[in-house]
Amino acid sequence: MDIATHVFSALYQFGDAFAFLVLSACGLAVIFGMMGVINLAHGEFIMCGAYVTAATVHAGLPLPLGILAGTIVSALVGVVVELAVIRHLYDRPLDTIVATWGLSLIATQGTLIMVGSTMAGVGTPFGSFQVGDYSYSIYRIVLFCAALGVLAALYALFNWTRFGVLARATIQVPHMAAALGVDTRLIYSLTFACGAGLAGLAGGLYAPTMTLVPTMGATFIMEAFVTVVIGGADVFLGTAPAGGVLAVVKSVMTSWQGQLFGQIGLLVAVIIVVRVLPKGISGFVLRERT
Amino acid sequence: MSKSVLRGLRAAALTGTLVLGLHQALAAENPIKLGVLEDQSGDFAAATIGKVHAIQLAADEINKAGGIMGRPLELVAYDTQSDNTRYQEFMRRVLQRDKVDVVFAGFSSASREAYRPIVDQFNGFAFYNNQYEGGVCDGHMIVTGAVPEQQFSTLIPYMMEKYGKNVYTLAADYNFGQISAEWVRKIVKENGGKMAGEEFIPLGVSQFSQSIQNIQKAKPDFVVTLLVGTAQASYYEQAASANVNLPMASSVNVGQGYEHKRFKPPSLKDMYVTTNYIEEIDSPKSKEFYAKFKAKFPSEPYVNQEAENSYLAVYLYKQMVERAKSTKREEIRKVIAMGDVCMDAPEGKVCIDPKSQHMSHTIYLAKVGADHSISFPKVWEDIKPYWLGEAGCDLTKKDPMAQYTPSNPPPKP
Repeated sequence: MDIATHVFSALYQFGDAFAFLVLSACGLAVIFGMMGVINLAHGEFIMCGAYVTAATVHAGLPLPLGILAGTIVSALVGVVVELAVIRHLYDRPLDTIVATWGLSLIATQGTLIMVGSTMAGVGTPFGSFQVGDYSYSIYRIVLFCAALGVLAALYALFNWTRFGVLARATIQVPHMAAALGVDTRLIYSLTFACGAGLAGLAGGLYAPTMTLVPTMGATFIMEAFVTVVIGGADVFLGTAPAGGVLAVVKSVMTSWQGQLFGQIGLLVAVIIVVRVLPKGISGFVLRERT
Repeated sequence: MSKSVLRGLRAAALTGTLVLGLHQALAAENPIKLGVLEDQSGDFAAATIGKVHAIQLAADEINKAGGIMGRPLELVAYDTQSDNTRYQEFMRRVLQRDKVDVVFAGFSSASREAYRPIVDQFNGFAFYNNQYEGGVCDGHMIVTGAVPEQQFSTLIPYMMEKYGKNVYTLAADYNFGQISAEWVRKIVKENGGKMAGEEFIPLGVSQFSQSIQNIQKAKPDFVVTLLVGTAQASYYEQAASANVNLPMASSVNVGQGYEHKRFKPPSLKDMYVTTNYIEEIDSPKSKEFYAKFKAKFPSEPYVNQEAENSYLAVYLYKQMVERAKSTKREEIRKVIAMGDVCMDAPEGKVCIDPKSQHMSHTIYLAKVGADHSISFPKVWEDIKPYWLGEAGCDLTKKDPMAQYTPSNPPPKP
C-alpha cells in the first residue's frame, strides 16, 4: 500500500473524529461559553434533533429538510426550556446543573414511555468510495464539511451580525448592555435556542448513522464535555482547536490500539490540559493576547 | 463530567421509583412470588422489555388456569435500568424484603455476575433467561439461554466452510465479549482457521470509522460481531455505508436487538445468527406463541429469543414446583437431578441438564437477506449444553458457585 493511501486514511479518520467532537460540542460550548450555563440536558437536545429528523424523513421529507426540521424543533424546545426553567436560575449556576440534569432524565424516560424503546433508522445516504484497499463512506466527508460549516457560520453570526454584537455585549457586561437598551432577556433566550438548535443539528446529522434510542444522547456527552472542558469558554478559540487536538489524539490512539485506547487517550488529554491550562485553550490564547 | 458518573447519578435519582405489584387481585392468599429484575430503561431496554412482557404473559396464562398448585403467581418487578448496581440493590430487596420464591434476572453478563454472589449469599434461587458466554456452574442458578457450545460450535464451522478460514472478531469489551471471543478463537483454531484480528469495543461507543478500517486492513473472510447494547449497534449502519461488504456471524444480533428491523436494508445483509428463537420461525408452536404475545402486547416491536426463554422459564418453574410439591430450592434441585425436566417450548423441545442446570435447545441458523428478510439455511435440533458437564462441573454432586471458561476450566477432582 502506498503512502498516499495511508495519508488519506489518516486524514479521513482525523476528519471523522474532528466532526464528531466539534458537532457534539458546539451547542454545549455556545450555552456554556456565552451564558455560563452547564447544560446537562445537552445529550437530550441531540436526541430530540435525531428523533425529529428520523420522524420527518419517515413521513416523506428529504433528509436535508429533515435535519433542518430537527434543528428548528430542538431550538424551539430550547426556547421553551429557557423561558420555563433556565431563565430563573441565571444567578444560581450550580442549580442549573441540577435542573438541566433533571430535564435530561425526564426527556430520556419520557421518550422511552411515549415513543418506545427504539425508532427505525433512516439509512445513510450517498454510498461509498474506494481509495487504495479501503472503502469509505461519503456521508462521513459530508459530516466533516458540516462541522467546518457550523464553525464558519457561528463565526459569522457572532462577529458580523447585529445579533452577534448584542449577544457579545450582553455576555460581557449585562447591566451596561441593558442600560443601552438591549433586551438582554431576549438575547439570552436566543443564545440558548442557538445552542439547543446546534445540538439538534448534531443529532440530525448523525441520525442516519446511528441507533435511534432514547439514551442515544449519552453517547455524545463524553466527547462534548471533554471538548468544551479543553476548549474553555470561547467557541472559536476553544472548541475548534480543542476538536483538532483531541481528534488527533483519538484517531492516532484508536488506529494504534483500538477504541478503548482512543477513549483513554481522550481522558488523559483532558487531565493534562486541565492541569497545564486551567482555563482551557481559549483561556490560554486570551491571556497571551492581553 | 464522565458518562459513567452521569449514569450513576441518574440511576441514583430513579432508585425506588418503580415498584409494580402486579396481579393484586389474585394476590389474596399465599401467592408464589416471582421477582423480575430486568432492564426496562437504559442502554439494554430495547432487547429486554420483551422479557418482562413474556413473563407477564406466562404468569397471566398460568393464573387463569388456576396458578401453581392452586397458588397464584405474583410478580414483583423492578426496573434495573441497565445498571449493575441497581441489580445488586434490587436483588437484596427481592430476597430480603419481598421474600420472593424465585427471581428471573439479568441481561448483560456483567449484571449477572454482579447479582450472583448475592443470590448465593442469601441462598436464593435465580433464573438467568439469556444467551451468554457460558460457564456458570452454580446450584443457585438455572440458565435457560443458549451458550457458546450451542451457538458458536454450530455457527463458526458453518461460516468457515462457506466463506473461508480468516476470521475477525469485533466484540463488546466486558466479560461477555471477552469470553465469547475466547470461544471463537478456540473453535476457529480447532477447525484449522486463523484469527485475522480482534478488537474489543467499550460499551456505549457509537462511532466505528477506525474499527471499520482496521477490519478492511486485516482482510478477513467474515466478521464475528459480538456487539452489545444499542450504541454499539450503530456499527452495522456505518459499516454498510463504508461498503465493507463482508459476511457477519453473531450470537447476539437479530435474536436480541432485532437490528434487521431497526436499520434500513441492506445494512445487515449476509448476517448469520444462531439463535434458539426469533419471531420469524415458521412452526405451529412458534406461530401460536407469537399470536398470543401480540394479542396481549400489540405494540411489541419484536418477539426475541430472550422473550421466549423467559416465557418457557415460567412454565419450567411451574413444572418443577408441581413435581417437587415445594418452592424450596433443594426440593426443586432433586427434581432437576432426575434429568427429565423437559417441555415443548415455542422453539421445540427443551430439557434442563442436571449437571450444569443449563438447557438444551433447538438452534436455528438465521440468515438476513439484502431486504432484511430472514431465512433459515440450517436447523440443529436438541443441541445440549455439554461443555460444563464434560469439563467437570456436576451440580448434582458439588456446587462450586463459580464461572468457568475454556482457559479456566473446573478443577479436576
